[in-house]
Amino acid sequence: MKKRKNLPLIATLAFTYVAVWALQATGIVNDYSFAVIVTIGINIILATSLNLVTGFTGQFSLGHAGFMSIGAYTCALITQKNPTVPGFLLGVAAGATAAAVVGVLVGLPTLRLRGDYLAIATLGMAEIIRVVFLNLEITNGAAGLSFLPQFVNWNWLFLFTAGTIVLLRNFLNSSPGRACISVREDEIAAESMGVNTTKYKVTAFSMGAFFAGVAGALYTSYFFFIKPDLFNFNKSIDILVIVVLGGMGSLSGSVIAAVLLQLISTWLSAFPEIRMVLYSAMLVAIMLFRPQGLLGSTEVSAVISRRLSKIGRRAKEEEV
Amino acid sequence: MLELRDLNVHYDMIHAIKGISLTVEKGEIVTLIGANGAGKTTTLRTIAGLKKPTSGSVWLNGQDITETTPRQRVQMGAAMVPEGRHVFSEMTVQENLELGAYLRRDKEGIAQDMEMVCGYFPILKSRRKQTAGTLSGGEQQMLAMARALMSRPEILFLDEPSMGLSPLLVSEIFAIIKTINNAGTTILLVEQNAGMALSVAHRAYVMETGSIVLSGTGAELMESDEIRKAYLGGS
Repeated sequence: MKKRKNLPLIATLAFTYVAVWALQATGIVNDYSFAVIVTIGINIILATSLNLVTGFTGQFSLGHAGFMSIGAYTCALITQKNPTVPGFLLGVAAGATAAAVVGVLVGLPTLRLRGDYLAIATLGMAEIIRVVFLNLEITNGAAGLSFLPQFVNWNWLFLFTAGTIVLLRNFLNSSPGRACISVREDEIAAESMGVNTTKYKVTAFSMGAFFAGVAGALYTSYFFFIKPDLFNFNKSIDILVIVVLGGMGSLSGSVIAAVLLQLISTWLSAFPEIRMVLYSAMLVAIMLFRPQGLLGSTEVSAVISRRLSKIGRRAKEEEV
Repeated sequence: MLELRDLNVHYDMIHAIKGISLTVEKGEIVTLIGANGAGKTTTLRTIAGLKKPTSGSVWLNGQDITETTPRQRVQMGAAMVPEGRHVFSEMTVQENLELGAYLRRDKEGIAQDMEMVCGYFPILKSRRKQTAGTLSGGEQQMLAMARALMSRPEILFLDEPSMGLSPLLVSEIFAIIKTINNAGTTILLVEQNAGMALSVAHRAYVMETGSIVLSGTGAELMESDEIRKAYLGGS
């Protein structure tokens, strides 16, 4: 039963891997379109990890870009010194770990706050991180770091993106994952069931930070140029938009929204003057017609199996 | 089994509980009745560990549990059904029940208890796959009680189980409370519906503005003129 449940996910991942690999080998995906794909992959990691915090655990965070920048700078500083593949992997690991550690340190005091207060606290935290990078000698201030070594190819991108999705999905289906969801659903009830709510809030928050750190490290190692401004408040909002649009509490929703939004925005770059107007209008339209996000809080697999069983039932009724 | 000793609780400047003491013996149904704002829910929240007292102590099975976390209290066999039901509305009935057994690792025992609570509340069995938010108020109350039973508690705290339910459902819920008690679970019941609560309770405490003003057996209090005037609408 369990194996069959995983089959659609594995098939989708395998298909994506082979498809992009083939398109790249045949030259249909050129350097420009590959940059779009990298952005999509990074956005998927950012959105699914923020969804863990905001959509599944119910803790509204506006500081995801801050964690991303920690991963980006940590990785950049390491690969500058050691521009090899092991150096890159070390950079990703160190970046993610650093972000997770900051996540715990920030989470412990702020996660006692709720809703808007937490949002403002996380927003302030991300700004502090940005200002620190802006003023440090080692990060080269506002000019940022450039000519960093490039490592990210399709294999690495796929590995980290698919890995994030699979890990988050398994976590959410585990007992601690259920505990996180119960915190979102009803904190009082969760606490009276014996769920240590603070612990799971901090766990989700630092896990989210960890993957944001991974995303930052990948960003560094593909776009080879980072500066503090890239990780400002707008970046956090961009990630939140993907999460809300895909559906709070739906991993597949985040993935679909990340792909869709990037494709739309790439397509709109043909109309540079009115691009942002169209983009915003589209967001408004989607929110008007699907305020719960594209998938609400369900997953694609659940939607498909519901449809299938409906068709099956109808077929049975017709037979009778 | 449960004892409160000179408990004081404050919300900032407000002195909500003014030095109350009460006991619940093993196997009893004890009820705490009183008007709105008397401090019943605060008392229960303090017993469950959701609120810290300013002074005084809570004892469970001869142990001082005043400083323990809600989690530890669940582990020690105390379960709480919070006021207003608080089910996990976007999870299915089944998942709600599984979360009730969150601290347990004995799969067989959990499956047994799942059968047992579905015996108490047959409606939940037929609604297993439904999300809890789609249940009626009465069904949600039943789910909240079933969920608390899934931790296999020795003592169960019920906060206003009759709130917002039709009279028919209220008597059904109270009948189940009696059944659960007969099966060996001690119950501390907080209620505004004094008549119903006194009819099932072995003993009762009456609270008024943070203090216990009366106590006695359920039958005694039912007969008391004061109670009839103030809470039962009799003359």
